[in-house]
Amino acid sequence: MSIIKLLDDFSSEKLTTKSSSRREMFNTLGSFGKKAAAAAVPFGLATNSASASTMFFDHEGPLGLALVLEYLEAEFYMKALESGVLAPDSRAEKVYMQISKHEDAHVAFLMEALGDDAPAKPTFDFTAGGAFDPFNEGGIGQETAYAQLLALAQAFEDTGVRAYKGQAPNLMGTPYLEPALQIHSVEARHASEIRRIRGLKGWITGSMRGDGMPEATQAVYDGEENVTQGGVNLVTDLTYADEIVGDLTAAVTQAFDEPITGETAQAIAGLFIVSDE
Amino acid sequence: MKKPLVKVDVVNASSQDSKKNSRRKFIKLGGLGIAGSSFLLYGCSDDDLFNPGGEVGGPDPVDPVDPPVDAVFDLGSGDVGILNYAFALEQLEAAFYTQVRAGAYYSGAPAEEQALFDDLYNHEVIHRDFFKAAITAAAGEENTLPDLEFDVSSIDFDDRTSVLETAMLLEDTGVGAYNGAGDRIADATYLTLAGKIVSVEARHASAIRSLINPDSTDFAGDDIIDENGLDPATDPADVLAAAGGFITTEFTADNLPEPMTGS
Repeated sequence: MSIIKLLDDFSSEKLTTKSSSRREMFNTLGSFGKKAAAAAVPFGLATNSASASTMFFDHEGPLGLALVLEYLEAEFYMKALESGVLAPDSRAEKVYMQISKHEDAHVAFLMEALGDDAPAKPTFDFTAGGAFDPFNEGGIGQETAYAQLLALAQAFEDTGVRAYKGQAPNLMGTPYLEPALQIHSVEARHASEIRRIRGLKGWITGSMRGDGMPEATQAVYDGEENVTQGGVNLVTDLTYADEIVGDLTAAVTQAFDEPITGETAQAIAGLFIVSDE
Repeated sequence: MKKPLVKVDVVNASSQDSKKNSRRKFIKLGGLGIAGSSFLLYGCSDDDLFNPGGEVGGPDPVDPVDPPVDAVFDLGSGDVGILNYAFALEQLEAAFYTQVRAGAYYSGAPAEEQALFDDLYNHEVIHRDFFKAAITAAAGEENTLPDLEFDVSSIDFDDRTSVLETAMLLEDTGVGAYNGAGDRIADATYLTLAGKIVSVEARHASAIRSLINPDSTDFAGDDIIDENGLDPATDPADVLAAAGGFITTEFTADNLPEPMTGS
């Protein structure tokens, strides 16, 4: 099954109805849900040679994967700032400008590092085939577009944190490990701030994507519920010298971010990449 | 093998302009420079550089004779040295947030800020006790950094600004410390573990900065992120010199591994 075909299906769904309340709007986001999740799973495993993933992710290595993710983020923030969806001089606009500056710098850094091996910038579709309208290009309305703009930013940043973490072992013994780690923690700063603007904690509890996040983004959070570190179950097998406040399992999952594989990162990013064919 | 000896001096600890202000502030906040000024760091021996396959072992035995009772603990070499280094920083952070939650700022703070400090306290206690268990399992209790004592009397725990600014400096320092340690780690499992923790520290740093100045770019401000969009990667010598102001238990970091790639 082609990802493009799946994404085409989204556009025929009534997902973009303007909602009056924030809660309804989030529900609208949520209904994007199952199909995209279904798309995400087979996507990473797809053998279809026409799929976007084959075009942009094969043989790129850890830095190539990083560059594609940075291309995606850089273009997303640039378009967000051009869209007029963010209120002038608002906190969100300031934050997007700062993040945009960092993602542009990351793109430049990685292009320099990769030289002739740098993958070309893919064609991105931040509507994911019509499921979203984050820049209000389709007239979904400023409020809904704003909510989608923030939800997508959270998904991209939390994905970035996990993807860099997953690639770190592949960069051991190279001069790129340290700068990759320096980018990784910047993505985590971004993620924390976007989450806080959305009214969430800056850190991830369990595998919860958080209020208002489309179900399609669940792949970004699956696995974050892990409580075993270095072979030790930190909920059942460790006694703490000072008492933990509140729920121990929640605290343990918050205290450690989990990596994702390159395949998972590709599957998530692939939802927003269109084939040029 | 002869390696350059670096005398770490608190007064002259800062080397990079972009971080000078915060580090100077940190030291000032830290007040005492006792332990920090005593750190002597130099390069490791070659056999510390590789320790593949998760078999970390302890630091090389320097002296077969039982150490004197008042021996100063050395963090050790190889991955164990780095783990002890991280353990020291997590002990400091946990001690700090424990004090925060006992102070008047916290008790009078809005519920949202209390919840944030509850989370930070939880995370750092978990990191601390995890490191203690992990190092003890890997290298034995005799090679695990003992529980440190701290002097945080320079921090006014009744004052929001004092608490938040110290939290910011500790979290920013932690991020730089982990980033600077990554290329010194030999075992991929430990590198991933450090990665799992450093991004949480960065989330903390961002949240604290956002709390100090909510309507701003400070969460990842130009004072900490460089023009290439990179967080600091700080050498252990600089980190220990900065954090040493709070640490009263003397220990040495004489055998920490050098970066693998020299990056």
